[in-house]
Amino acid sequence: MSARNRELVTLFLAGLVASTAFAAAWVQSANAIDYGWVPWAVLLGGIFVVAHVVTRLTVPHADPTLLPLTGLLCAIGLTFVYRLDPEDGRKQLVWVAVGVAAYCLVLVWLRYDYRILERYKYLFGVSAIVLLILPSAPGIGQRINGVRLWVEVGPLQFQPGEIAKIFLVIFLAGYLRDKREALARGRLKDFGPLLAIWGGAMLVLVQTSDLGSALLNFGIFLAMLYIATNRFSFVLAGLALFAGGAAMLYNSLDRVQQRVTVWLEPWTDDKVYCAINGALEYRQNCDSYQLVKSLYSIANGGYGGTGIGNGTFQTVDGTPLIPYLQTDFIYSALAQELGLIGVAAVLLLYLALVARGMRVALTAQDGFSKLLAAGLSFGFALQTFIIVGGVLRLVPLTGITLPFVSYGGTSIVANFAMVALLLLVSNRAVVTAR
Amino acid sequence: MNPQLARVARVAMGLIVVLIAATTYWQTLARPGLAARQDNEIQRVAEFEVKRGLILGPSRVLARNVPEKRSGKTYYLRRYPQGALTAAVVGYSTISRSRAGLEKSMNGDLTGTDRALSDLVDQQLDELSGKPIVGDTVVTTLDLRAQRVALDALGSNCGAVAALDPRTGKLLVMASSPTYNPNLVENHFEKIDKVTANCRPAAPLINRATQGLYAPGSTFKVVTTSAALESNRFTPDSTFYDPGYCTVYGKRVNNFDTSSPFGNVTLAQGLQHSVNSVFCNIGKALGAKRILDQAKKFGFYERPPLETPDGERYPSGLYRNHELWYPARDQDVDAGRMAFGQERMLVTPLQMAMVAAGIGNAGIVMRPWVVEKIVSPQGKTVSRTRPERLDRAVGPVHAKQIEDMMVSVVQAGTGTAAQISGFRIGGKTGTAETGRPGVNTTWFIAFAGREGQRPEVAIAVALENQTSTGGETAAPIAREVMEAILRPPGNP
Repeated sequence: MSARNRELVTLFLAGLVASTAFAAAWVQSANAIDYGWVPWAVLLGGIFVVAHVVTRLTVPHADPTLLPLTGLLCAIGLTFVYRLDPEDGRKQLVWVAVGVAAYCLVLVWLRYDYRILERYKYLFGVSAIVLLILPSAPGIGQRINGVRLWVEVGPLQFQPGEIAKIFLVIFLAGYLRDKREALARGRLKDFGPLLAIWGGAMLVLVQTSDLGSALLNFGIFLAMLYIATNRFSFVLAGLALFAGGAAMLYNSLDRVQQRVTVWLEPWTDDKVYCAINGALEYRQNCDSYQLVKSLYSIANGGYGGTGIGNGTFQTVDGTPLIPYLQTDFIYSALAQELGLIGVAAVLLLYLALVARGMRVALTAQDGFSKLLAAGLSFGFALQTFIIVGGVLRLVPLTGITLPFVSYGGTSIVANFAMVALLLLVSNRAVVTAR
Repeated sequence: MNPQLARVARVAMGLIVVLIAATTYWQTLARPGLAARQDNEIQRVAEFEVKRGLILGPSRVLARNVPEKRSGKTYYLRRYPQGALTAAVVGYSTISRSRAGLEKSMNGDLTGTDRALSDLVDQQLDELSGKPIVGDTVVTTLDLRAQRVALDALGSNCGAVAALDPRTGKLLVMASSPTYNPNLVENHFEKIDKVTANCRPAAPLINRATQGLYAPGSTFKVVTTSAALESNRFTPDSTFYDPGYCTVYGKRVNNFDTSSPFGNVTLAQGLQHSVNSVFCNIGKALGAKRILDQAKKFGFYERPPLETPDGERYPSGLYRNHELWYPARDQDVDAGRMAFGQERMLVTPLQMAMVAAGIGNAGIVMRPWVVEKIVSPQGKTVSRTRPERLDRAVGPVHAKQIEDMMVSVVQAGTGTAAQISGFRIGGKTGTAETGRPGVNTTWFIAFAGREGQRPEVAIAVALENQTSTGGETAAPIAREVMEAILRPPGNP
């Protein structure tokens, strides 16, 4: 069977699973068995059939699993966003359509040779930094939930950091392919731009007070640096620099301090100072409220979960138990309703996505393609780790999105563009190998 | 580049694997701890989405559900069709004030969380299909007619009645007065706060049958008599000289009725007429610890086992500074006064019913139980309580001797008010001084059955703030309740 036919069959299977999940959520919220979920399933299915057709036309030999994996994750996200807030669900469906449009655009635009991107690497690099700092620019930047991650232009709100991530990977892939030998030899002057990146990451950290996006971008950078140079000491040095810089800035970063405190000690037996109302409170009722409630939600899932639509996210009088459930904490909704079995399966979807992406990098022929695919795949893995790890109290909690699943437009569009790039690399790898 | 690429790939996949491991930790190992945390509302809210199991009497519904739709979800709120009647046992399950009684202690069964694996699989299937979880039904042993009689007889008095089947330990009546209407707990708690009765504070939420700690007065003489006979130093015919008082540590302690010294009396007569000096002398002869060890065999110094929450059952025994206390040496306790139920001895009505039951059941105290069985929503009996022996309190011969002595109390002693024609009743009155002149805690403990057969019921009645004696106040209540149990309707 050709790659594209396998993709179509897998997409169909993913569609079945996704429709069942969505139908379950629908029936539960309507409290009656009706067919109101069918238009949703048809619409989402249609969107992915379009994606499939465009894929077939532009990159016929590309990896057949990436698109179905993306589709299934999108559908799970849509199901849960809808289940938590039907209005947001509607918007999310539109965003998935926009995301697929972006995916198709990237495929059509770069169908002959995506490697032209390498020519503009410095442009991408500079753009990445600009995009990252944009939210702290006066006038258009928005501080939401204490973190500067948003830009508002007219009626549109978007998170430039999500786009910056892709630009950064493109820049690094181009730059590192160029300089890898020189860097591997350890020539000091070649480290200039890298130190600039470190400085940029620190600047972003200070400007946005968001540890998560700084950690994500710097982590991608270190992984790509290591792949390019095979020098593990660079990774250690980079980590040390990052940790040192963060530690030096720590005292001036209230937000980060608070996140770290919450992470280390979410529950207190005595009342401590509460920054929200300035009074003495138990930390679980104040700063760590979200994290703690989210952990309760996860724990409540147990092995089998409560079942879709059966989870408890509100008190009896209808107040939400966990704020920002659809965005930062979507994982704890998944964990409660799907249980360990279901949520481990979702994580395995990410694992498969990362594994296939890395496989694309391994099979790619040239350095730029390898670094590009590896950077994008590692980005998926690290982003998932940072947000889910934050919710699970493995690392301090930061407000980044769970790829394809969290509610949020920019994130979905950016992730679709990343998958499109992976497919382009994959297609070329297969074609040149023949 | 491929070797280092493969290494990074492994790290990337490792990150996801770590997430699976961490999720596993929170959803399995850490789960019970988090669920039990006070600030975790999920469990509390989720439990109201469960169609809670019913609580049944032998023939009536004691607790049922009322579905209520709020913000798109169905919550099952509780109603108690019997109102105040069974509040002491059943308790309540509310959102605003948590739970009490069997609603609290049997919560796991009522919400279906204590199920066996095979049932859990069924439950998961139900959950996936969107059906509400249905909890198991708890069937109690209460005799609702007798329970009604007991509550009515207690009236505006503060006190309690506990009655059980001495042969099995099955609880038949547990009434506490004043009581409360559990339907008011959720939204009209102020009405419960306003309940008044012949004591202050009225504290209607307290189950006086298991949480009321009272001086046992002369009912404790049954325990002292048991110790006396078991020591083999006394028989029912041992004679004592009663001067009308007993000297303890050089101080005179009068009999309750000081007007007429009995002169020479046997132990049996001493119990029949509740002569304090007899027991005072036995106490001094045996020492406090020997009597307390006898009391332990009746269940003292332990929470009486019952399915209600631990916190709602207090152990009986000597108390010092509000703490249960067992003396290190005999001389720490005034054994003479303790022997007739004063000193710092405090007991619950359920414990005293167990004493009467032990004597009535040939010396063997059965474990009390109020949950007959637990039934799954499909009608399958999940578990059924079997009668279980708690301890042998006295040997069968001595038990028979004490039984006869107690029968004489009712036939021609202080407890004649408890007579029921056609039945053999044995009892013991108690009138405990509270320190306030003219205000006593009055008692009656008894067992009753058909002639020539084992007693079918054992009972304890305790009343606070009484001016009269146990024989006059508590014994008639015991008689009414026992009669209601012994003579079921339609079988007079």
